[in-house]
Amino acid sequence: MINLTIDGKKIEVEDGKTILQAAAKNDIRIPTLCYHPVLEPYAACRICVVEVGLRGKTDLLTACNTKAQEGMEVQTRSKRALGARRMNVEMLLARAPAAEPIQKLAKELGIEKTRFAVKDPNEKCILCGLCVRACEQIVGASAISFVERGTERKVTPPFGEPSEACIGCTACAYFCPTGAITYEDKYGRKVIHEELHLGPTTAIRVPIRQAVPMVPFIDTDACIHFKTGECKVCAKVCDREAVNYDAQDEVIEVEAGTIILASGFKSFDAKRIPAYGYGRFPNVISALDFERLVNASGPTGGKIKLADGSEPTAVGIVHCVGSRDENYNEYCSRVCCMYALKFAHLIHEKAHADVYNFYIDLRCFGKGYEEFYHRLLKEGTKFIRGRVSDISDMALTKHEEGKLIIRVEDTLLGMVRRIPVDMVILATGLEPGLDQNQLAKIFNISCSQDTFFLERHPKLAPMSTFSDGIFLAGTCQAPRDIPDTVAQAGGAAAEALALADKGTFALEPVTAEINKDLCSGCQVCVGLCPFTAIVYEKDEGHSEINDALCKGCGTCVAACPSGAAQQKHFRDAQIFAEIEGIFLV
Amino acid sequence: MSNATFEPRLVGFLCNWCSYTGADLAGTARMTYAPNVRIIRVMCSGRVDPQFVLKAFKEGADGVLISGCHLGDCHYKEGNYKALRRYKLLSKMLEQFGIEKERFRLEWVSAAEGIKFQQVCNEFTEQVRKMGPLNLSPNGGQHE
Amino acid sequence: MSNAKPKVAFYWCASCGGCEESIVDLAEDILKVVAAVDIVFWPVALDFKKKDVEAMPDGSIAVSFINGAIRLSEQEEMVKMLRRKSGLVVAHGSCAHMGGIPGLGNFWNKETIFRRAYHTTPSTDNPDKVVPLEKTVYDGKELTLPSFFDTVYSLDQVIDVDYYLPGCAPPRDLILNAVTAILEGKLPPKGSVLSPNKSECDTCDRNKTKPEKLSIKEIKRTWEIILDPEKCFLAQGVICMGPATRDGCGHRCINGNMPCRGCFGPTDQVYDQGAKFLSALASILDTNDEKEMDRIVQSIVDPAGTFYRFSLPKSLLGRKRMETIK
Repeated sequence: MINLTIDGKKIEVEDGKTILQAAAKNDIRIPTLCYHPVLEPYAACRICVVEVGLRGKTDLLTACNTKAQEGMEVQTRSKRALGARRMNVEMLLARAPAAEPIQKLAKELGIEKTRFAVKDPNEKCILCGLCVRACEQIVGASAISFVERGTERKVTPPFGEPSEACIGCTACAYFCPTGAITYEDKYGRKVIHEELHLGPTTAIRVPIRQAVPMVPFIDTDACIHFKTGECKVCAKVCDREAVNYDAQDEVIEVEAGTIILASGFKSFDAKRIPAYGYGRFPNVISALDFERLVNASGPTGGKIKLADGSEPTAVGIVHCVGSRDENYNEYCSRVCCMYALKFAHLIHEKAHADVYNFYIDLRCFGKGYEEFYHRLLKEGTKFIRGRVSDISDMALTKHEEGKLIIRVEDTLLGMVRRIPVDMVILATGLEPGLDQNQLAKIFNISCSQDTFFLERHPKLAPMSTFSDGIFLAGTCQAPRDIPDTVAQAGGAAAEALALADKGTFALEPVTAEINKDLCSGCQVCVGLCPFTAIVYEKDEGHSEINDALCKGCGTCVAACPSGAAQQKHFRDAQIFAEIEGIFLV
Repeated sequence: MSNATFEPRLVGFLCNWCSYTGADLAGTARMTYAPNVRIIRVMCSGRVDPQFVLKAFKEGADGVLISGCHLGDCHYKEGNYKALRRYKLLSKMLEQFGIEKERFRLEWVSAAEGIKFQQVCNEFTEQVRKMGPLNLSPNGGQHE
Repeated sequence: MSNAKPKVAFYWCASCGGCEESIVDLAEDILKVVAAVDIVFWPVALDFKKKDVEAMPDGSIAVSFINGAIRLSEQEEMVKMLRRKSGLVVAHGSCAHMGGIPGLGNFWNKETIFRRAYHTTPSTDNPDKVVPLEKTVYDGKELTLPSFFDTVYSLDQVIDVDYYLPGCAPPRDLILNAVTAILEGKLPPKGSVLSPNKSECDTCDRNKTKPEKLSIKEIKRTWEIILDPEKCFLAQGVICMGPATRDGCGHRCINGNMPCRGCFGPTDQVYDQGAKFLSALASILDTNDEKEMDRIVQSIVDPAGTFYRFSLPKSLLGRKRMETIK
């Protein structure tokens, strides 16, 4: 342990710590620009300069890279230290007058104007080297570095060309304290919504705010560590040492008596309708995007904002996107009308904007739903009956300029209308999961024409399937809202429990049987049984069917060349009688 | 009998899980289709014994349809493959009996394909109508 | 000959004579039969005339053994008469039982058979295209021939049959058993086939050589491979009708290293021997690939003739559709 004093305060720190770390630990603030806890100190900005007395001698040293020593007397705000810091800030102000942190520091230190020559009034880079160190130490790419000397010094990739070493991780921009480094997407767009990232945010994150368990995971496709082997910042900053880069996907086998399939749905991808401009216009967003936007714990804290951060004055909500449309899905997704009305209500409440709902029919069929619709009418939501043909930014009149224009045939007025709005929300429909057919095969169940799972009976057995012990809950079977899903899931759980509690299930009484007095033991049937229910009894010279294994397909019966095998309720004689019966009329 | 007024008598052996349910769907969806196919339900297309097909022809069917789950979708794993193998051999043999391939049909109709069932029934009926009655010996080979 | 002895008749219709031979093959046992019964009609061996039978009172013959299928009006007339005169009628052999080999004629009709037999066979020299006629006037006199049916019938399709003795020809044991049973009055229910009601595999020595899963990848004809004298024929890929054919033959063919051809007909539970065998065979074809299925099916040259070699007239369809015969 090392004992020193900072601003007269006696402090004990571990060996090897810097003055800056010692001060920080004791809530003594030393201003700094080029320091970052996960990077090696560099002492480039020299703002952290302090006056250090040791063994009768005093000196000006940078706190970030000077190790604390026994008996040091550190003064962070002595006249000499402040003087030096002021000088450094003044020089930085001349170099990067547009950098906000410098302006702030200058103000704090009472500097109104720099006495040195300003080369570029828009310059923001203070040459702190955080970006260079991040690229080298964290990313391991070393795609950027300092070039030139003196006033010409700057940060750049080799020869000022886009570097092949760059992996586009934007860590440099993230570390830049002054905003000197910016990035754009390949369409030249600035980052949409400074504070609103509707896509994945960081490579390590909690999947959603309501996640259970509330545990972060690493998105290996986005994580720098999985690209370059470097970084590991999350592990460095995690006190609990909980970050594990070696974790692998595991296959866990669970023995179960009953299974409830609740594999859910996939949201319709609005990009499939190019005329609606989703993905082209930043202010055309999907229903899920809006949910994220309006979420109180979301990126804007629940404020409804446009891509440029301003509030919308008019919002259009387009119903039936991907539903009730022969080109995409013929069925009604059932939930969109009501969530679209909810959106309208939220917009009224939070943004005071005009809301237009473009609908084909309003399907407000549930308890309290119609009443909610009436409330929306009273709130002033405008309902326009007609399918939107397209959304564009091509203004025809002055008041359309800078707006998104929704073109729609208003079927109640009998005319085509153009409605200018700031934001369009596409009420995207529900689609079956991507691997629905594969799952159906695994569980030996069927899909209906729209690829949702097929129930045993649409009215009498809506949560059962054709496979005993496999039940359905929720949107994997058909689009449905939360109350309906809860009800069906409850039913499925009850059925599953009832079956599990009973411990046995009733066999279909249609199993096959072999009359051993007639069976010659020819064994044609034995290999045909998909459930290995038939065994040839060698000693007795005939085959036998295990009733518990037989599922009653009857393929052995059809194949039995001597008629010794028969299927209960589907005997040859019965079917022959049926055929005869058909021709009686 | 002229073919225009001839109403073919067709027998359909439908598997319980896919085709019978598909036919049911066509019914509950109120799809209209030729009523000529008279349906016999079996648990699986693999239960269809070639004897049933011959019996149907003998009793007066002008055409016989077997319908089951799509290949790979059989409720009993591969009963429909067995049906397919029997169908191929049987239709070859039926030709030797002077019963044209077109009178004996195998179709995969899933539980969701009410529309396909409708199409199959209509097509098959029209096909057999064009071919005319089968006219097997009226007394089924029994000497008078 | 004592009048107390039951009277027995033997008659042949469309047959090869093998069944008559099967009686003769009883060898010295025939003496026992002769000792026990009075043979009142046996055209093959003894000189009887139609009128002799006509003269007998109805029901006076205890049992008539009739072999051969019904192909001609004369055969029909004779069996109908024998039916009237007999207490019991036994269909003797495959042809009477199910139509037999002559029954394969049902893939044709009278016209095509005559054309073939009297015109187109390579050995035929018939420039005047003469065919047998039912009535011919020759030298002022009318000659008649029985009429030839388009369709061959099994015996029970023409008259009521009490029992069936299967086989081509029926083996000696079955005949003796039948005769004994009749003499002793220990008769099974009417309509019974007088052989065990299980298929041949039951007593076949080769059954134990079957693999765990019986399946066929390639169908072979008997001349295409060297047949293993012990292995199940189906396991060798050779069509053996054994599983679909009733037992009781004593495996004469199989012991001669030839697969079963099905002369004993189906078991009682089966409606159609050919269809049943077809179903079994198709089921054990070892492929789920459609093209492969087509290939194997293609390799079965004559399914109808193979599966219905002995049973065509008695099958569900009975014959080829008349209007399609050219």
